[in-house]
Amino acid sequence: MKKILAVLLVVGLITGSAFAMGQSDEGSIKIGAILAVTGGASFLGAPEARTMEMVVEDLNAAGGINGKMIELIIKDSAANPEKAISFAKQLIEEDQVIAIVGPSTSGETMQIKDLCESYKVPLVSCAAAEAIVNPQAAYVFKTPQKDSYVAKWIYTTMKDMEIEKIGVIAANTGFGNAGKGQLEKYASEMGIEIVISETYDKAATDLTALLTKVNAQGVDAVVNWSIVPAQSIVPKNMKQLGMDVPLFQSHGFGNIKYVEAAGEAAEGIIFPAGRLLVADKLPEDHPQKANLVAYKDAYEAKYNEVVSTFGGHGYDAIMLVIEALKNSTTLDREGVRDSLESISGFPGTGGIFNFTADDHNGLGMESLEMLTVIDGQFDFYK
Amino acid sequence: MSAEQVLQYIFAGITVGSIYAFVAIGYNIIYSTTGIINFAQGEFVMLGGMISYSLSGVMPLFPAIVLAVIITSLVGGLIENVFIRRMRKTSVMGMIVITVGISILLREAALYIWDEQIRALPFFTGSEISSVSIFGARISPQVIWVLAVTSVIVVALFFFLKFTLSGQAMRACSENPSAARLCGIRTDRMVNMSFMISAGIGALGGCVVSPLTQTHYAMGSDLAIKGFTVAILGGLGNPIAAVAAGILLGLIESFSISILPMAFKDVISIAILLIILVAKPSGLFGSSQASALKDY
Repeated sequence: MKKILAVLLVVGLITGSAFAMGQSDEGSIKIGAILAVTGGASFLGAPEARTMEMVVEDLNAAGGINGKMIELIIKDSAANPEKAISFAKQLIEEDQVIAIVGPSTSGETMQIKDLCESYKVPLVSCAAAEAIVNPQAAYVFKTPQKDSYVAKWIYTTMKDMEIEKIGVIAANTGFGNAGKGQLEKYASEMGIEIVISETYDKAATDLTALLTKVNAQGVDAVVNWSIVPAQSIVPKNMKQLGMDVPLFQSHGFGNIKYVEAAGEAAEGIIFPAGRLLVADKLPEDHPQKANLVAYKDAYEAKYNEVVSTFGGHGYDAIMLVIEALKNSTTLDREGVRDSLESISGFPGTGGIFNFTADDHNGLGMESLEMLTVIDGQFDFYK
Repeated sequence: MSAEQVLQYIFAGITVGSIYAFVAIGYNIIYSTTGIINFAQGEFVMLGGMISYSLSGVMPLFPAIVLAVIITSLVGGLIENVFIRRMRKTSVMGMIVITVGISILLREAALYIWDEQIRALPFFTGSEISSVSIFGARISPQVIWVLAVTSVIVVALFFFLKFTLSGQAMRACSENPSAARLCGIRTDRMVNMSFMISAGIGALGGCVVSPLTQTHYAMGSDLAIKGFTVAILGGLGNPIAAVAAGILLGLIESFSISILPMAFKDVISIAILLIILVAKPSGLFGSSQASALKDY
């Protein structure tokens, strides 16, 4: 028995490390990726990793960049900031990558932001927090839309619906805290009164007690800023309590699986998101349409899994680096950074990217759409 | 606070408390026969939810749940056979480390088999949006299912331990393993059975709560901590006290939310737990004589 276990262990180690090491080829361009493929944020990192593997595979099959193959080195950080730091050092010093894509979470990105800046390695993060690009670092970029746009979109929609008093609930994660902060920051400016603001544990499995408290305040709407599992539990608990006020969620709701998990309770949830989720419903002449549909169809055919916003952030990150490599004449870290900063009008899944020396997110308010759930499908909110 | 709101908080507390209780019962059954704290207990809950979800794709819901419970108890039995039995010579601390290892193993296996997506069984009666009004407070019909299943488990466990030969043998192992062996009780078989029963109860819990709480491959570790707290609160080794302690903790949490920000929930519940343990180190319903016989 012990022998069998030992053999299994060794086999696991070999296959695991072969996956991590990839092939080394002198003529190739190395891009590092630090993604939370497993662990608590695997719903972000896993689709990101799959997307990037697919993009690089297709690019290499089509001849790479000017005949040079791309070698993508994916490191699984499991959403652990310490691991992210050591992987970043390893990728920069040992693997000599030209740029890093990821990490998946804001906490990890903030940990390696200064590191990449001091080593002068371009970093294109897949994480949402505004702090990644504000204050700005010369080598750090990010693909998801800013939290502040999301908060402003939610408030704009509320004004249209004549909502005045709201309850804000958020999970105790970096994502939840950042979102709650943005909501509190813009509330008075947008004429919305937050009558109750609460934080709950990210692993909470039942929130009826909290929602009873929110309900007792007589709110016109509830905003929930969290990721799984709470964003599917909150709508269920609200319906079970008989609360019939509108529920707004963050852009973290952008995965049809969460709608399935909330079932009928998901109907009517309002949230801002990029256009990937409604790619099929976009008008034919929309500048993002062709890219969105191409990515969606390729991903869904290859992995037999519906696309999510998060895979889209990964797609944007790797595509932007590839675009920068194509435009760069020097093919070094400095050249990629300069080339990234000069990208404009690039249609990604998150919106049309226009990087400038002052804007390393490159997306405007119009990159988001208000979406809702109708008959278990994402649709435009009208 | 109106009467309806008080009732609403009570229901919320009982629901959460029953979930804790499912995990705590499992801790206690294994602890009482082996003296081991099995930190993989939360993973049994996860496995129950995951397996029944997969099976419900190919068969009706109830056979799927029954089969999921059976499969999970076999997994529990297998774990005992492969890991626990062979390593019995190690210290209590060593055993704890092994169970933590098993929990990681099960979690990673679940990630490999089911991926990182969350899943939920369909509601047994009604749907996500149905709710029942009881004296003005609203609850999901699924909560009634959870409470019913918890009650059935408590009653069944009581009769099993009290009146069946196997149950009495298990209790004998719990009282004094050496004396039980001298009386001709196959202690290793009892240990195996305790793993199977607690895995099965955990899995059943995982199935009934899945529509409410959803199932995720990594849900086990959080449940394990809360369940462990409840098991200690009730008095280690007493499965039925665990249910009372679980519901008590759920109610404390629920009412603390009603008056203070939710962020303080765990601080309050842990503070109350510490006060109880200082006053009564063997737990609310534990006997100090029984706990003196244990290794820790």
